[in-house]
Amino acid sequence: MLNVNEIRKVFPILQRETQPGTRLVYLDSTATSQKPLAVLNAMENYYRSSNANIHRGVHTLAEEATTLYEQAREKIARFINAPSARQIIYTRNTTESINLVAYTWARANLKAGELVILTEMEHHSNLVPWQMLQMERGLELDFIPVTEDGLLDLDAYKALLSRSPKLVSFTHMSNVLGTINPAGEIIRLAHSVGAVALVDAAQSVPHLKVDVQALDADFLAFSAHKMCGPTGIGALYGRTELLESMPPFLGGGDMIKEVHLRSFRANTLPHKFEAGTPAIAEAVGFGAAVDYLSSLGMDNIAAHEHEITEYALERLEEVPGLKLFGPSADKKGGVAAFTFEGIHPHDVAQILDRDGIAIRAGHHCAQPLHEKFGIPATSRASFYLYNTKDEVDMLVNGIYKVREMFA
Amino acid sequence: MDDLYREVIIEHYKNPSHKGHLEPHDISFEDSNPLCGDHIEITLRTDASGHIADARFDGRGCAISQASADLLVESIIGKPLEEVKKLNKEYILDMLGIELGPVRLKCALLSLKVLKAGIYGLGQASDDLVE
Repeated sequence: MLNVNEIRKVFPILQRETQPGTRLVYLDSTATSQKPLAVLNAMENYYRSSNANIHRGVHTLAEEATTLYEQAREKIARFINAPSARQIIYTRNTTESINLVAYTWARANLKAGELVILTEMEHHSNLVPWQMLQMERGLELDFIPVTEDGLLDLDAYKALLSRSPKLVSFTHMSNVLGTINPAGEIIRLAHSVGAVALVDAAQSVPHLKVDVQALDADFLAFSAHKMCGPTGIGALYGRTELLESMPPFLGGGDMIKEVHLRSFRANTLPHKFEAGTPAIAEAVGFGAAVDYLSSLGMDNIAAHEHEITEYALERLEEVPGLKLFGPSADKKGGVAAFTFEGIHPHDVAQILDRDGIAIRAGHHCAQPLHEKFGIPATSRASFYLYNTKDEVDMLVNGIYKVREMFA
Repeated sequence: MDDLYREVIIEHYKNPSHKGHLEPHDISFEDSNPLCGDHIEITLRTDASGHIADARFDGRGCAISQASADLLVESIIGKPLEEVKKLNKEYILDMLGIELGPVRLKCALLSLKVLKAGIYGLGQASDDLVE
């Protein structure tokens, strides 16, 4: 198990007060996680002692910067058990990773009338790129429905598969319901009809052990900032044959092998997809985040979050007028989204903030899912490796205060 | 911040005096705040002298957005349209009597944006209407 007291000490932000005497209770890690000293130090050290542009430079700093940048890629590859670091493309975030696939693989491979399967619980980042492509190409989009208890309807999915989809793109873990979807099975079924499978792993890679080979994923997208790393960097994992066959994404420096006035030859993987000076310090920080999480063990992190989530759901269920969304604790990650007897989520969040409790309110970039449940917004508390049961108690006490104010 | 949920705000949220849909009306407009899903519709009727004879708002959302809509609609009845066109952010904040951060400001200002977009006959309630 995790020693949470020790863990909290290496997250400087958790020591701060939001106003004098009010300690921060950070329950918004699903939006972005806090950063440990190991990550902050790695980035600062990089800027203090190794900063240079990468590749092509032969001086000491350029060599060091390149090595650090590429070592981080290797760490990230090992973290998700990718066969090779060449299959890890640095992007800005999960959104850009999904867009990269939509702009390159999908534009080269999908024709009018062909079917892309998504789900009703997707984040906008896994909806809008496909809607844009639908408008441009006349694709068909269809959606695996979400059941009342917040699970994907796999029978409906199997029925959709009879229409020979070319792509199945789905979230591994819902950022609202917390549902952990059976990714392995969804991918196996997609492959059985010859479809390519893309996994939005923004919420799963930070919290669970994710193994791209065990899942047999074709593409898998995630962001550093949700897993103790910096903002501004994410990754796309892809199967080598797919990445090799895809046209490049953005054009520019570093993504080319040679350039003439009227032609260019694309670089090899992974550089083919990384045009221009990348987020080097952020890559270094991403590598440090992966090291940090690995040192604690993803299974331990998942077990801790499960314990906190189970406790939180139990306590929240006791609150009169509070309605939780999503499945039971055994089927979900550390997310508790709820509505509260007609009080708008923004008001709930704002009043909790007075006690230093940071939760999120809104549709959490999953508006269609909220429409499905007939609600404009939810309040969402989410938990990570540094959260404690005490913090859950403070959340629940805060919610009772909200109730009093609106009584 | 401690004043954020002043009694006047909670009161107008729970028991709005000008909530509804006005029929017949001369001007109607609705829009939502994409960040949080607050939604406001305003309907109003003018008289021969260009004054606002009556107005209502309808919608859903947080206490700040709904209370500010109610206060706004209540306050413009009897005012000339030309004067209402000039209302800005400070007008709303003075009425609410609170200070707001950038996120909640959008909730507070939605009704004024909707009102002005409606009066000007614009397709969209954009931010620059209330600057």
